[in-house]
Amino acid sequence: MSAENRGEEILSEAAAVRWEAGPNFHDSLMETIYTDASQVADRAVSRTDEQPRFDLDRTIDRLVTSRWLGFPMMLAILTVVFWLTIEGANLPSGMLATLLIDNIHTTLKAGSAELGIPWWLDGFLLDGVYLAMAWVIAVMLPPMAIFFPIFTLLEDFGYLPRVAFNLDNLFRKSGAHGKQALTMSMGFGCNAAAIVSTRVIDSPRERLIAIVTNNFALCNGRWPTQILVASIFIGGLAPQHMAGLVSAGAVVGIAVLGILLTFVVSWALSNTILKGEASAFSLELPPYRPPRVLQTIYTSIIDRTLIVLWRAVIFAVPAGAVIWLSSNIIVGDASLAEHFINFTHPFGLLLGLNGVILLAYVVAIPANEIVVPTILMLTVLSAKMAGMGEGAGVMFELDSETTTAAIFQAGGWTLLTAVNLMLFSLIHNPCSTTIYTIWKETRSAKWTTISALLPVGMGFVVCFLVAQVWRLLM
Amino acid sequence: MATETTAEGCEACPAHHAGNLIKLGVNMSNWDYVVALAGNPNTGKSTVFNALTGLRQHTGNWPGKTVVRAEGGFSFGGGRYKLVDLPGTYSLLSTSLDEEVARDFILFGQPDVTVIVVDATRLERNLNLVLQVLEIRDRAVVCLNLMDEAKRHGLQIDDRRLARDLGVPVVPAAARQGEGIPLLIETLAQVATGQVVCKPHRLKNETPAMRKAIDRLVAKIESVYPDLPNIRWVALRLLEGDKRIIEAVRTGELGDLSRGTPGDPGTLSEVTR
Repeated sequence: MSAENRGEEILSEAAAVRWEAGPNFHDSLMETIYTDASQVADRAVSRTDEQPRFDLDRTIDRLVTSRWLGFPMMLAILTVVFWLTIEGANLPSGMLATLLIDNIHTTLKAGSAELGIPWWLDGFLLDGVYLAMAWVIAVMLPPMAIFFPIFTLLEDFGYLPRVAFNLDNLFRKSGAHGKQALTMSMGFGCNAAAIVSTRVIDSPRERLIAIVTNNFALCNGRWPTQILVASIFIGGLAPQHMAGLVSAGAVVGIAVLGILLTFVVSWALSNTILKGEASAFSLELPPYRPPRVLQTIYTSIIDRTLIVLWRAVIFAVPAGAVIWLSSNIIVGDASLAEHFINFTHPFGLLLGLNGVILLAYVVAIPANEIVVPTILMLTVLSAKMAGMGEGAGVMFELDSETTTAAIFQAGGWTLLTAVNLMLFSLIHNPCSTTIYTIWKETRSAKWTTISALLPVGMGFVVCFLVAQVWRLLM
Repeated sequence: MATETTAEGCEACPAHHAGNLIKLGVNMSNWDYVVALAGNPNTGKSTVFNALTGLRQHTGNWPGKTVVRAEGGFSFGGGRYKLVDLPGTYSLLSTSLDEEVARDFILFGQPDVTVIVVDATRLERNLNLVLQVLEIRDRAVVCLNLMDEAKRHGLQIDDRRLARDLGVPVVPAAARQGEGIPLLIETLAQVATGQVVCKPHRLKNETPAMRKAIDRLVAKIESVYPDLPNIRWVALRLLEGDKRIIEAVRTGELGDLSRGTPGDPGTLSEVTR
């Protein structure tokens, strides 16, 4: 008797017996399990007589999930987190930049000049690879080392499910699954990890919505961009003592815009190509647990900060090499980078950005983390090339100043450029790791393409509209 | 079987437990026993996992954090144990991907011991999963976690009574503080090595019609696959029309199960007793 035959024999017996078992076998089975469970539990559990007079958990829950206070408290908590990050990261970032870029880079350059290393090797290694690494560390390490531990403490405490609880209703109204609030929160850490976490959503339709819109949750790689650009340009508008708070507010604004876009796009998808009803689920609010501060700081620095930084450094090394090469390989009358920048510049201006930013986004497809360092390097390199003709070396000026702001100003940036960079950083294609994860999870070329191109298309439209309105008003 | 360990004197004594534990992290080449870690979401499975393996898998206070399984190992009393942390599930009957990962491993992964981590503050709901696992697996240990929080909420749990009703050992614990972990290790080792034999609870409140149908189907499956473990559960699933199990019956994959060469190669090929 073959395996198939034996299998069929069992299956036909099962079919024959099934109607004997009663019409609602599944329901009766569940009922049996529940009855047994409640009997066993009743015998084992007893309450001590004294009821706690004050239930702290319930009191906190009533506050953070209240209809009126829930959202303001969420925004306030986010603002405080970013304010701490921005204020705290300022000083160490400056110190790292001085050390890595002013001191070590200058020393290395002097050393290589003494050894007589050819200019192209010196340029490739020190101005390309080393500088890219140095920028990544100086720009990213301090904010991450502050932001991640605080965020992890909030997570450990049990705040994220409350955020999900607050947002659940809005997700349901958008025709999406309430658990998407959890996967979105996960996206605030890493979009690729969040795509994997959408497995908690049962319905394929709602899971696809969660996957396509996850990119609107600002990830690790993009927080530093937002924080840096906001503190230089938006914070710069406010009086000194308010600068930190104002820039934190701007970052929160972008994060909230991302959440709004998640709802809008979810709604649009569930009313067009992913039509269907939202399914119900039960969300558990876990008890608050006092966070284990030291352990959390340790694991979040090891697990998140250093891993994200390491990934950024790994991607920055080839990016730095590409940037240096493209700025130094001359074709015709200009370098490759200049050709690209000149070619895309008009288009960039139309979007309220510029050619450098567009090139930076192409170079940074592997990892969002290196957008800002790439922009800085490209601006320095293209400004240096422009400055050399006039005999005024922009690089020398930078050596004495070394503020990121000076580089941006040298690149001809305006407030509009900064605002649109923040917008475009929120609304553009996911990084290559995330795109690959989407492919692995969906196994669908169609949905992978939609997830990659929909956001970048939206980004172009939003930046274009903002630029036009801005120019009309200003 | 690891033979290089010389078990003499106090090392062989069960009281020696804490010092006897060697955390192996992910460095597992061969092992004697496979331990599955199951439980409802957010009951502290990953915390128990970290406490046993010395790994620092990220734990977060929210349901749904683990969606794929994590593996690690430890060595205790001369035996090498591989520990598999499964995604949290409320039941083994549902259809979402993370629950399937847990269900498939408990059924087809043939763990030597299944540790079910339960939230002491929500015992009744957690028991639904425990009862379902006990339908499938004989060798199980219930880890009654979050006992500290149960105390804080004024709950008293009679773990001996619970152990008697469930027919498997019950270990009270507060994994975040490390309380109960040594006893858990000792207990799961006793169950794995057969020193403690479980008589797991089987469902009692079935209707007569259900019982009759189940018995008939069990007899049929038994006649075809006499060596199959947990026939009763397979019968239940067939009666419910579970597509995955029907598929396993049709292709004969179910038969592989009784021969001890189940379908998940990466984790199971070396599992021998």
